[in-house]
Amino acid sequence: MSNANLPATTRKGKGDDLVTVGSQDYVTMTIADHLFGIPVLQVQDVLGHQRITRIPLAPPEVAGALNLRGRIVTAIDVRQRLHLPSRAKDKPGMSIVVDLRGELYSLMVDSVGEVLSLSAQDYERNPATLDPRWREVSTGIYRLNGQLMVVLDVPRLLNFANLEAALG
Amino acid sequence: MDDLLSEFLTETNENLSVLDVELVRLEQNPNNPELLSNIFRLVHTIKGTCGFLGLPRLEKVAHASENVLGKFRDGELVITPEAVSLILQALDTIKSLLAVLEATEAEPPGDDLPLIERLNLCAEGKLAPAPAAPAAPEPPALSKAEAERQAMLAELDALWDATPGPDATPAAAPGTALTPVAAEPEAPVPSQNLVVHEAPEPPAPVKAAAPAPSAAPASGMGGSVAEDGGTKESSVASQTIRVNVDLLENLMTMVSELVLTRNQLLQILRSQKESEFAAPLQRLNHVTSELQEGVMKTRMQPIGNAWAKLPRLVRDLAHELGKKIDLQMLGADTELDRQVLELIKDPLTHMVRNSADHGLETPADRLRSGKSETGRITLNAYHEGGHIIIEIQDDGRGLAIDKIKAKAIQNGLATEGELAGMSDQQIIQFIMKPGFSTAAAITNVSGRGVGMDVVKTNIEKIGGTIEIKSVFGRGSTFVIKIPLTLAIVSALIVECATERFAIPQISVVELVRAAADSEHTIERLKGTPVLRLRNRLLPLVSLQTLLRLESEDGKQRGDDDEAFIVVTQVGTYTFGIMVDRVFDTEEIVVKPVSPILRHIEMFSGNTILGDGSVIMILDPNGIASATGEMAMGETGAKDTSTVHAARQDDKMALLLFRAGDGAPKAVPLSLVARLEDVDLASVEMSNGAPVVQYRGKLMPLVPIDPNFQMGSEGRLPVLVFADGDRSMGLVVEEIVDIVEEKLVVQLTAERPGLMGSAIIAGKATDVIDAGFFLTQAYKDWFGNAEESLGDDRAARVLLVDDSPFFRNLLTPLLSVAGYEVTAVETAADALALCEQGEDFDVIVSDIEMPGMTGFEFAETIRRGSRWQDVPMVALSSHATPRDLDRGRQVGFTDYVAKFDRDALLYALQQTLSDQKGAA
Repeated sequence: MSNANLPATTRKGKGDDLVTVGSQDYVTMTIADHLFGIPVLQVQDVLGHQRITRIPLAPPEVAGALNLRGRIVTAIDVRQRLHLPSRAKDKPGMSIVVDLRGELYSLMVDSVGEVLSLSAQDYERNPATLDPRWREVSTGIYRLNGQLMVVLDVPRLLNFANLEAALG
Repeated sequence: MDDLLSEFLTETNENLSVLDVELVRLEQNPNNPELLSNIFRLVHTIKGTCGFLGLPRLEKVAHASENVLGKFRDGELVITPEAVSLILQALDTIKSLLAVLEATEAEPPGDDLPLIERLNLCAEGKLAPAPAAPAAPEPPALSKAEAERQAMLAELDALWDATPGPDATPAAAPGTALTPVAAEPEAPVPSQNLVVHEAPEPPAPVKAAAPAPSAAPASGMGGSVAEDGGTKESSVASQTIRVNVDLLENLMTMVSELVLTRNQLLQILRSQKESEFAAPLQRLNHVTSELQEGVMKTRMQPIGNAWAKLPRLVRDLAHELGKKIDLQMLGADTELDRQVLELIKDPLTHMVRNSADHGLETPADRLRSGKSETGRITLNAYHEGGHIIIEIQDDGRGLAIDKIKAKAIQNGLATEGELAGMSDQQIIQFIMKPGFSTAAAITNVSGRGVGMDVVKTNIEKIGGTIEIKSVFGRGSTFVIKIPLTLAIVSALIVECATERFAIPQISVVELVRAAADSEHTIERLKGTPVLRLRNRLLPLVSLQTLLRLESEDGKQRGDDDEAFIVVTQVGTYTFGIMVDRVFDTEEIVVKPVSPILRHIEMFSGNTILGDGSVIMILDPNGIASATGEMAMGETGAKDTSTVHAARQDDKMALLLFRAGDGAPKAVPLSLVARLEDVDLASVEMSNGAPVVQYRGKLMPLVPIDPNFQMGSEGRLPVLVFADGDRSMGLVVEEIVDIVEEKLVVQLTAERPGLMGSAIIAGKATDVIDAGFFLTQAYKDWFGNAEESLGDDRAARVLLVDDSPFFRNLLTPLLSVAGYEVTAVETAADALALCEQGEDFDVIVSDIEMPGMTGFEFAETIRRGSRWQDVPMVALSSHATPRDLDRGRQVGFTDYVAKFDRDALLYALQQTLSDQKGAA
């Protein structure tokens, strides 16, 4: 259990080059009936419902903090970040844990789907008319059978408000 | 053996074995820059540590090798087997030197000029470039190193012999350890020059010619020594192993997890009545605790490790600066966390350097000012309540306030006007500002203006504080207070609006339960909550408001609800944090908060509790500065340290109110016991004066303005002054605010009842003389003190305080209490009175005074002056236990916090009656 994140740590950061490779593996997730994907190599863990500690005075996108095997993980409310309405309280969500510059973040989503291997042929740049707030965090769109999948860019997703200032 | 030395031996031996292997690999892959830079780094480390430990012979060899490697790295030299052999040979020399070092704890005498010579030659690219050189054993594998070395030694000897240097004796040749070498120090210079001219040619032929003669003795000696070293090396090495710090950190995390799991198991066990798991779990419990303790210990190191290089540094500085310096180090075995140790190393070095350079005078100057020629720097480290205190003290010239002032003006840090209003203590703080240096000239050592600010920042980064005390002409003391470990703190777990938070135990003074039915109730002054605590008003901060927490039912809690007050102290500022519930204290592992959250200054970190949940750790400093800003209405006071530092001065909480004429009025909050709202309908007249029934007693009401007509309806705010079971109400019109400000009485009032005027919250404000109104209500208000004196003669009190405000406040207060008061401004004035033959029954002295401080004053008095038996009471705004101790040490009979009127009167009474009892 405790070393489950080791392989992922060593391989992280390689998922950015999506267009060049023939096919890419994505962890899919749904948020408010939209399908999103994150390159599988960036994902450290998938968690079920977690007890989250609220953090007062934190930016609204920060849902709180949780304990993942002795490490403190900052939980990000992805709905808030994508300007979607909050999830109904009675529905338990799931989380995808990602690593950014050595810090762990847990992306709170509605549900996590299967891992899809997608071909570059189905890949497309963001349409120019896409909501700019989504364009900011997405690197492109995959055309799936009967559905579109938005590829989320983790560093950009986590770069909200004062994060940059805080890091600087 | 010296810890440092054995550590060095272990480390260096390890590095050397790595180097052996790496060098061989390098020879095979000369184009691997990574390998090369690793080798360079290792040799550099060896050189560095040798220099650091004062091992010149080793250092020279390592230095010469490093030069060659540096050339390799920069591509100026091609890596040849000869060069590699030479380096290996140098390493062998180092090894043999180390062996002697280990056996005798000293470097063998002599030097290794021939080898160094050759290394230098090599660095200049003059070493037989021909690949066909007789360095025959091609792959100088580890097993063949010995043979290789012999060959090279031979070459070396031959070269040396062939070099027509002035001191070309064969005896100087063997670069091995035990031979005492008689080479003159000057030898290398001329010989080098000569060799440079001839170099390209001669080495090769001689090498071939003369391997035999000197090879035998050299190898004989070197070999045995090296073998000796080999066995010894393992003996030292086997006692310690070097472990990657990351590994320890990981271990630490795992142990923390184990502890959590154990706690969960124990919790389950408690709910079961009888379980077969009980015994094994108990064992697990113990083992886990011991494991945790053990892992913690791996992080602790004596502070002496950080001091190790200071004696050398001071010695060198003394030479360079022409001063005589005696460095004393006390408490070197005080242990603290490795991480903290690393972080304070540089600041400490810097401060010692500062003391030596700026602090101490030249011997001549010292003699002139009547001190001994040798200046002293004392380092003292000790534990105090979960903290480590490090004092750096010098008996030098002290900080020149005037110079600091001039410099502050020059650098635009403050205007002359601002400086005039500052205490010396505040002015001293300027040396912590960036770009501030008082050294008249920039020396090699210090004075570049990067320094104290960096020191301060570094210390504050690890949650420490730094304090400066300085007396001009007597020296300076820097007191650094740092946490024992950054990793583990004891914290109080509290709850507010269903969320839990941890407050570091170290800043918690006490806990108070406040509820409608208890003796403590929260009261409000214009919305600001305060609490009466032992006849004082404690400013309160609502955690819920501060953190903008919403309670579940969405409404703010009422003041009558049960609440707990965590009385917190930051510096000298005490305030209460209101929380809903208080749980236990827990040992917590502090983890830094995520970068996204670092801008929130209310939190110093976060942690995982025993039950596995994440909890935020509150930062009392942040809370104090946030609320301090609120209270003072100051903007831009982001730097908590300045707020903090300023607060140590004469700042005090003042209650602002309106009464009588338009000017706002102020009274020190600490004098006010309670604030009441009196219903005018309940005011009765007694003996011609208005009174009100209050808590079953009659409380006289005194208006500020004698002509003020109380109405008969509505309510009026009343400031209640209480003493024992008597209380008096001062009727005012409106309570305006509570501010924390430095009180400087600028205009002295002629009117009775007013102490004078001051600028408070940007407005001219009358400061009222509470003592006057107290006697208005009860002529014998301070009667208790009078009675207990029981003597016809009034006791004479000498009051020493530099602040006119305090003199103005205390003189009438003490007079009213029946003492005969003489007030002087400085300790020097007081000593003059002593000279003049005045006599007093008791001396009340301030501590922070310009010139001679209260402590020194007491010492002077106690050191056989005419007054040596007169009891002394110290009066200070710093009433920490340490100050108390210090006060007692220097001879104060008692120590009272400034503005604690009751405590002062009590102390005087007590002191005098003790004195009488003793007499």
